[in-house]
Amino acid sequence: MRAYFEELANHLDTLAAGGEVIISRFAAEQSDFIRFNRSAVRQATAVSQATWSVSLIRGMKRIDASTSVAGDAATDREALARLVKGLRDAIGEVPDDPFLLYETRALQSAVEKRGALPQPGQVIEEVLEAAKGLDLVGFHASGPIFKGFASTLGTRHWHAVESFGFNWCLYHGRDKAVKTTYAGETWEAGAFAAKMAFAREQLALLGAPPRRLEPGEYRAFVAPAAMTELLSMLSWAGFGLKSRNTKQSALIRMAEQDARLSPLVTLHENTAAGIASGFQAEGFVRPARVPLIEEGRLASALVSPRSAREYNVDTNGANAGETPESLDLAPGSLARDEALAALGTGIYVGNLWYLNFSDRSACRMTGMTRFASFWVEGGRIRAPLDVMRFDDTAYRLLGANLEALTRERDLVPEADTYGERSTLSFRTPGALLRGMALTL
Amino acid sequence: MSAMTIESSFRAAAPAVDFCALRFVEETSEFLQVRQDVAEPPRLAESRGAMLTVIDKGGLGYAATSDLSPAGIAEAMRRAHDLARLTAGRSVVDYSAIELPRPRGEYRSPVQRDPATASRSERYELLAAEARQCRIDPRIVDWDANLWTTRTHQRYLTADGGDVVQEFTFVVPYLSATAYEDGQTQTRTHGGRYNGFCRQGGLEVLDAFGLEGAGRECAESALELLAAPNCPSGTMDVLLMPDQMMLQIHESIGHPLELDRILGDERNFAGTSFVTLDMIGSYRYGSELLNVTHDPTVAGEFASYGWDDDGLPAGKQLLIRRGILERPLGGTISQARARLPGVANTRACSWNRPPIDRMGNLNIEPGASSLDDLVGAIGHGVMMCTNSSWSIDDSRNKFQFGCEWGRMIRNGKLAEVVKNPNYRGISATFWRSLAGVGDASTVVVTGTPFCGKGEPAQAIRVGHASPACRFTGVDVFGGEG
Repeated sequence: MRAYFEELANHLDTLAAGGEVIISRFAAEQSDFIRFNRSAVRQATAVSQATWSVSLIRGMKRIDASTSVAGDAATDREALARLVKGLRDAIGEVPDDPFLLYETRALQSAVEKRGALPQPGQVIEEVLEAAKGLDLVGFHASGPIFKGFASTLGTRHWHAVESFGFNWCLYHGRDKAVKTTYAGETWEAGAFAAKMAFAREQLALLGAPPRRLEPGEYRAFVAPAAMTELLSMLSWAGFGLKSRNTKQSALIRMAEQDARLSPLVTLHENTAAGIASGFQAEGFVRPARVPLIEEGRLASALVSPRSAREYNVDTNGANAGETPESLDLAPGSLARDEALAALGTGIYVGNLWYLNFSDRSACRMTGMTRFASFWVEGGRIRAPLDVMRFDDTAYRLLGANLEALTRERDLVPEADTYGERSTLSFRTPGALLRGMALTL
Repeated sequence: MSAMTIESSFRAAAPAVDFCALRFVEETSEFLQVRQDVAEPPRLAESRGAMLTVIDKGGLGYAATSDLSPAGIAEAMRRAHDLARLTAGRSVVDYSAIELPRPRGEYRSPVQRDPATASRSERYELLAAEARQCRIDPRIVDWDANLWTTRTHQRYLTADGGDVVQEFTFVVPYLSATAYEDGQTQTRTHGGRYNGFCRQGGLEVLDAFGLEGAGRECAESALELLAAPNCPSGTMDVLLMPDQMMLQIHESIGHPLELDRILGDERNFAGTSFVTLDMIGSYRYGSELLNVTHDPTVAGEFASYGWDDDGLPAGKQLLIRRGILERPLGGTISQARARLPGVANTRACSWNRPPIDRMGNLNIEPGASSLDDLVGAIGHGVMMCTNSSWSIDDSRNKFQFGCEWGRMIRNGKLAEVVKNPNYRGISATFWRSLAGVGDASTVVVTGTPFCGKGEPAQAIRVGHASPACRFTGVDVFGGEG
């Protein structure tokens, strides 16, 4: 696929007329998707897709277009030529863009990670065998993902990874389930079996009569999978320069009124340790790390090229939405296997679900507990929880009420497959909270 | 690649199996935006590909490809056939035992003023004019207006005679204005943050939603909220306007009634449902005033179509009649699995995803009350407009929703504006507190392009038409202060 990308990128070089620059992005994947329900296959789908996104730039004018392509060089050369011609015909009536900025240096980078991926037949075989006698519902996604960037000024970036992700639930009944993820670049039957065995053990804990809580504030341990949901909310609306400067950031009180989170909270966009590509849509290379919150204080913003021009600062390779793609919460000092003892009496939140802001200016968010969440007494799990709604601010949850973060962290790849398989990820510890406000 | 070539490639590649189909989708779109009086570069997109479906000996396989050459179609067919073989005898149902339709016909969106009749410059100017109207006060710190137009050509072929062509035109306008003062930010949008003002049709859609004048209205409203008190907390009546009702319908009627959720398919991601199969036909979902229809035949509503993506012809069906749940939202395959009647709603967001049970147009039928009647019936309550926040549990039961703008109602009269109005409830019982349904004069036809569900995930278009509705005894609260 890389040879194809290079050939088409070189072809685009020939399509630029005098005074024109073409920057382009290539994205492709060959994915196997298998859904399971009640320990049987619901849908099995193979997807082979490829897209070129082309920006034609003339002076201060820019026009963007994307098109699906076959992935065959001879066919796609014609498609790209037609696309560029259409953009050239249209660019005349496009207004000048005062915030136009793209990489003008001739940079080169390439990342290739090969894996040993399972064939669909192997996955179906192993999963159905392991799920005998259980109620398993899950989703497997596997295959190579390719991303490229090219410009007629000589830049070429290439990112190719082969990966799989299988996440599944073992259901005890109704809404009580254990959720597990097995993701990586090499599928190992032994590793999958071990995760399945652990999930079976957890499932037994869901057999006890569930505990229904009254609204109120409870001590809580928030497991890494649930922490990713809290961090997703900050990612959605917290870190971009545009949202900060237009006062729409959920962390606006940190920016404008010196509000702070706990000194235990240090967050980075950690591209070096993530899964996402090291370049963005205008060709800028992302720094290895960008500090977003340091010891509870707001630090750098994520700056897209557009915001860089608008606010007259340097870009740090952020995407157009200025959202993190490899968010990293620094570890704490609490040993994970001591977390329940440190919690004492309270709730163990295994997963959270469907978060949103109930007051964005105050970074107050609401959401639901989900899957394996438990009532804990004396440092021991006593009963599964009926789902509860929390409604609380980040300034309390990750501020005054944050007692400790675990020493160990999980790398949690985003399982999102809207349009294409995501390469976002979170690296996060679990969090021990003095209080979490439950409301319904 | 011409339609004829794709058809001949499909027919040449079709194996001798129990069922075989191709769904070709070609979608072109344009997104124009003016932000703070700066026109951003146009974003054009064309997406083109085919999904092959093979059912054989009880197994089901799908394969999607953007390679529409004869070799590309043949390879996708081979992969779909392989997956059908692999899943035979290991699937949730014997797919070969399900009779899928072999439909024939055409559907076209009603378009009065083709978006192409206005030049791109004229479309930009339309947006720029509204954006300029937002700049009325230094406390207005951000504003934007955008227009998203899409044409979709879809052809569904079965190897044994089915042939449906559907042509859609979608228009989605949006505008927002944000005001800031003393650590507080308030945003007002035209139609909600997820593009509630969307319909099939041409530029007449902009007139229907009143885009002209929306810039100044949103800016003034955002400033008004800066000065407003927080919505009070307490148990009171709420009057939900159509641009909030759409979200209420969507989350707490639409999703719980999706038959694939009830059957458990979505439990790993989008969630399950508090509704169980045994409730269908007898469960009191809401008060006697609640009548809910699934109707993809409403002209111009966002998710109108002639056939779903398994070829089932669309029609209007009552799901909830006088408060009693009669029918779930399930297409041909789910109906067979559940042994229940459903609706034509098996849909995919594009060529690269398999179809699943989705909402089409899910509407609340109008009642008999004028807006004045609804307000007049409230002793102590709050009117809420324009959804800003939505959260609901895995079973689509415990919910909490927030709106951009509220207005107190006391003794049957509209009173002061309040900010950050929120409310929470439980789907299973909330609709039983429905105490007033607005008449046809209060109905607004809305929707959203972004209903998410499925593995692999799919964001799909849905439509919601609703009158204003009054609910009693609701748990209401405001912002952090």
